[in-house]
Amino acid sequence: MLLVPLVGAVACYFVSANAARMIALITTLIELVLGVVLWVNFDIGGAQWQFMERADLFAGFRYALGIDGIALMLIMLTVFLMPICIGASWNSINKRVGEYMAAFLLMELLMVGVFAAQDLFLFYIFFEAGLIPMYLIIGIWGGDNRIYAAYKFFLYTLIGSVLMLIAMFWMVREAGTTDIPTLMNYDFPADAQKLLWLAFFASFAVKMPMWPVHTWLPDAHVQAPTAGSVILAGVLLKMGGYGFIRFSIPMLPEASVYFAWLVFAMSMIAVVVTSLIALVQSDMKKLIAYSSVAHMAIVTAALFAFNVQGFEGAMMVMLGHGLVSGALFLCVGVIYDRLHTREIARYGGIAINMPKYATFFLLFTMASIGLPGTSNFIGEFLGLAGIYQASSWVAFVCTTGIILGAAYMLYLYRRVAFGEQKNEDAAAMPDMDAREWIMMIALAAGTLWMGIYPESFLAPMRTDIEWLDQRLEAVAPAGDAHLAMPSAEEQAAAAAAAEHHDAGEGAH
Amino acid sequence: MIQILVFLPLLAAIVAGLFNRQLGNLPAKIITTGALFISCALAWPIFIGFLTGSAEAYVAPVLKWVQSGDMSFDWALRVDTLTAVMLVVITSVSALVHLYSWGYMDEEPDQARFFAYLSLFTFAMLMLVTADNLVQMFFGWEGVGLASYLLIGFWFRKPSANAAAMKAFVVNRVGDLGFMLGIFGTFLVFGTTSISEILSAAPGMAGSSITFMSMRLQTMDILCLLLFVGAMGKSAQLGLHTWLPDAMEGPTPVSALIHAATMVTAGVFMVCRLSPMFEAAPVALAFVTFIGAATCFFAATIGTTQTDIKRVIAYSTCSQLGYMFFAAGVGAYNAAMFHLFTHAFFKALLFLGAGSVIHAMHHEQDMRYYGGLRKKIPLTFWAMMAGTLAITGVGLWFAHAGFAGFHSKDAILESAFAKGTELSQFAFFMGIVAALLTSFYSWRLMFLTFWGKPRWIESEHIQHSVHKTPEEAGEDTTGGYHPHESPLVMLIPLIVLSIGAVFAGFAFTHSFLDSSDFWDNSLFYNEHLVHAMHEVPTWVKLAPGIVMLIGLAIAWNNYIRDPGAPARFVGQFGFVYTFLKNKWYFDELYHTIFVKPAFWLGRKFWKIGDVGIIDRFGPNGAAWVVAASSRFASKVQTGYLYSYALIMLLGLVAAVSWIIATAGQ
Repeated sequence: MLLVPLVGAVACYFVSANAARMIALITTLIELVLGVVLWVNFDIGGAQWQFMERADLFAGFRYALGIDGIALMLIMLTVFLMPICIGASWNSINKRVGEYMAAFLLMELLMVGVFAAQDLFLFYIFFEAGLIPMYLIIGIWGGDNRIYAAYKFFLYTLIGSVLMLIAMFWMVREAGTTDIPTLMNYDFPADAQKLLWLAFFASFAVKMPMWPVHTWLPDAHVQAPTAGSVILAGVLLKMGGYGFIRFSIPMLPEASVYFAWLVFAMSMIAVVVTSLIALVQSDMKKLIAYSSVAHMAIVTAALFAFNVQGFEGAMMVMLGHGLVSGALFLCVGVIYDRLHTREIARYGGIAINMPKYATFFLLFTMASIGLPGTSNFIGEFLGLAGIYQASSWVAFVCTTGIILGAAYMLYLYRRVAFGEQKNEDAAAMPDMDAREWIMMIALAAGTLWMGIYPESFLAPMRTDIEWLDQRLEAVAPAGDAHLAMPSAEEQAAAAAAAEHHDAGEGAH
Repeated sequence: MIQILVFLPLLAAIVAGLFNRQLGNLPAKIITTGALFISCALAWPIFIGFLTGSAEAYVAPVLKWVQSGDMSFDWALRVDTLTAVMLVVITSVSALVHLYSWGYMDEEPDQARFFAYLSLFTFAMLMLVTADNLVQMFFGWEGVGLASYLLIGFWFRKPSANAAAMKAFVVNRVGDLGFMLGIFGTFLVFGTTSISEILSAAPGMAGSSITFMSMRLQTMDILCLLLFVGAMGKSAQLGLHTWLPDAMEGPTPVSALIHAATMVTAGVFMVCRLSPMFEAAPVALAFVTFIGAATCFFAATIGTTQTDIKRVIAYSTCSQLGYMFFAAGVGAYNAAMFHLFTHAFFKALLFLGAGSVIHAMHHEQDMRYYGGLRKKIPLTFWAMMAGTLAITGVGLWFAHAGFAGFHSKDAILESAFAKGTELSQFAFFMGIVAALLTSFYSWRLMFLTFWGKPRWIESEHIQHSVHKTPEEAGEDTTGGYHPHESPLVMLIPLIVLSIGAVFAGFAFTHSFLDSSDFWDNSLFYNEHLVHAMHEVPTWVKLAPGIVMLIGLAIAWNNYIRDPGAPARFVGQFGFVYTFLKNKWYFDELYHTIFVKPAFWLGRKFWKIGDVGIIDRFGPNGAAWVVAASSRFASKVQTGYLYSYALIMLLGLVAAVSWIIATAGQ
């Protein structure tokens, strides 16, 4: 599975533009088929780690792959979005096509690698190297201000990854192994956990991104080409969440509990603050980027609720958000290709001349708002239900996100699709062609499938999440609800009062 | 069968919505309307089955939905008496509204989309009322919200329609916040979202306490309050009512179906469905009573001053929903459902009648420009008359016979009085005052529209139609305009609903009000209250009729006998009029304390927070440091990318060497 994109990437690099497009498309489609094969053959409820591949390299480095249900789902997300990314760049990328396609295929390899890696250092290599093609994509094929965006991206990630690397060294030294499954069961001393946790947190929080280290994301999105945004929002952001669920929480459970308040606080601020910021954006991509931050905040808060609903909700938000935000960026890309502006005010009334497009855009807008029946609802609902069990305060603040989310998304949709046609060039845009239509229908089908029958996605992850829940059981704090039944005496008194009340009414 | 009933409208919506270009308007209309009439034909036997006692409640599973740890909920359709009542209301009104729209929307180019939305709405509403768990109810809840959003904004070129659609959705989301927290809390306490399991466990939870947002509260009270916030949003109760009048921007058939007969009653349905839960929550019930009573009074006061015919009826709906809620609040859930049932018929009738008037008057909605239409559109007039007689509750108390509203509204008022607590007395008096106001604004609407001299030429719509200004028309205040009676497809629904408005109360009063067998435990049936209701003093039974006559007399005096009277009143009590005319300034208040600050904060967080602080001291600050230091180390000239790759490589080298070193030990 890793080999296919590598071969494709090398091939793309050396052939002409059109051939590169075809090769890239075929490669990603083969990957998708392989992904489906993987999913079908995945033994639900079987061994925790499946499809293991191991080869010892030099000096304690090992090439070790294997997936559990959580990784499987994220790999599926990756291979599903990849052909769509290639399709989205079909006409809009015209310079250095071969290199562009090669970069994308390389990124696919690295992203699948991240989710499949079973060796700590292998993970690190994939995790960090995956960003290099992204820099290139933003830096070479990006917008006008791409250098600043790439620089911000770089600076944020750099600090985090250095700290993470140091933490990894320490862990390997302490536990004596680089094997991730072993480490997930290793009990580190509680004091050390806190420092390690913070080091990992620095890296994952940036990737997530959590407030206040989120400011690279809007810039990166704005400057990236459409497909870059799709993959950035769709998959790269999920690496942070995957990091939490694979490293921070199972490897450092005590520290995770200790720092849960910090995550909650940052998530609560993020939900409210970034949603409000999204409300006042005039650039479509920035608006959706800020909305991503708000959605990811629900993921982090749900993860640190430490219960089954929280974990599964977080995973479902990640998967759902991967589809929906990817689809929204694609929607922006479709009209950007026609008018070459992301300025919301330049559009208006496009439901008149682009009815098909308006329908899909509406579907994804509603999915982003978390309408039941779409993927995001399942995630948000389970996630918030999980958070509520931990703290009603956090749940309350995070749930305000559904109001603000509706406000900024509908405000966006209203300004873009509804109203009179104000600008002639926007009014002259043709509706979607077959290529765009196929990409949209695929995303729409995925979104609805996850919303109506999420069992397909929840089932493979169930045992892994139960395992995680058990791992945390010993240390997870009780919720703040403190349900108390009345004492026997009080109950008797209440019953007597009720009887009296009834009697009084009867006589009335 | 229930599956066909529920999913047929969805299927029709999908076909009409996605293939409208291939199909054209006519097939889309036939498919959706046909589907609805089939659903309607399937719904009535179910209802009659429960009416005669031959049917049993059951749950029809459809598909697995979510299984997450202890939390699981599936797609399933639950049928019992309460559902059957709603099924009949929804499918009947929806089928008639579909038919009516053939005429009303005849000039629209985009009819297929309209009919698809209508059918989609019906499906979502059916899912709501057949829900067996709270989450599916929430699905229907949001589904009807979506359809309402789409239909209010159907004329999406109109900025006011878009604003109204968005407002409706966002305000409803405020209610949803409560609903969602309520579901989470319910799951936390009961460990399930299944409605039947919750209801059977609810009484046992009475008296327990829980901490919510650092407050120590009675478990059942806080859960019911949270859920009720959701009901307030959907049913436009005081505080969250502001979206409903604006929703009148949508086409009139939509107002009849969604914003009168079905969707807005979802909140009442929810409270009745969860009535055993609310019975264990005295504080929440008191709150329901208070909000209901306050809304029924408040909305009625505003209704007296509005001039847009649809807005008058919208506030009237708001007010009638208030009646239903305080009925539920005092424990008379059956009376609440009865009023829901009768109200659906006569309010849909009033809206469709208003639509027929608007149709006749060339899209003019302002009653000030109507007048003298009685003879011009006689069928519409008689239909509106039936609706007005029903809403004002005309009937003969000694014979127990009257129009629909007479039976249901009087039952609510009597229950409130019979309950005997201070709060229910308050609700009773509020209800009586509101009944007076209801009578006044309903007759005011009738007199302004159908009596008096024509004032048509003042209307811009009519001026456009006849190509005359008021000056040119001179003495002829009709401007030479000829209102035309609506086509048959619009009149048939009016006639059918008129029959409902006249007889629905009389025919079903026994089942709804006095028969615990009929309800069969599908809601909390308070036997004591039902008995007490029949034992109230005579003056209580007479009061609604008397205030109705007073309201009629005032309206007659002000709009027939002495048309100058309203202007004099306004001159004398200008502040009262302005206050009511401006809807108690709720919109302005919310705009000032919520909307504006949200945008202001958003800009501040962005410009000062993100750009001013985080970027300035974060990446840009670092850039400054880097730039400053690079002057000293200018030889290390590397792009960021390369330096990054370099650092990574260095790190790896360090790792390798370190591992080799430690491995050797």
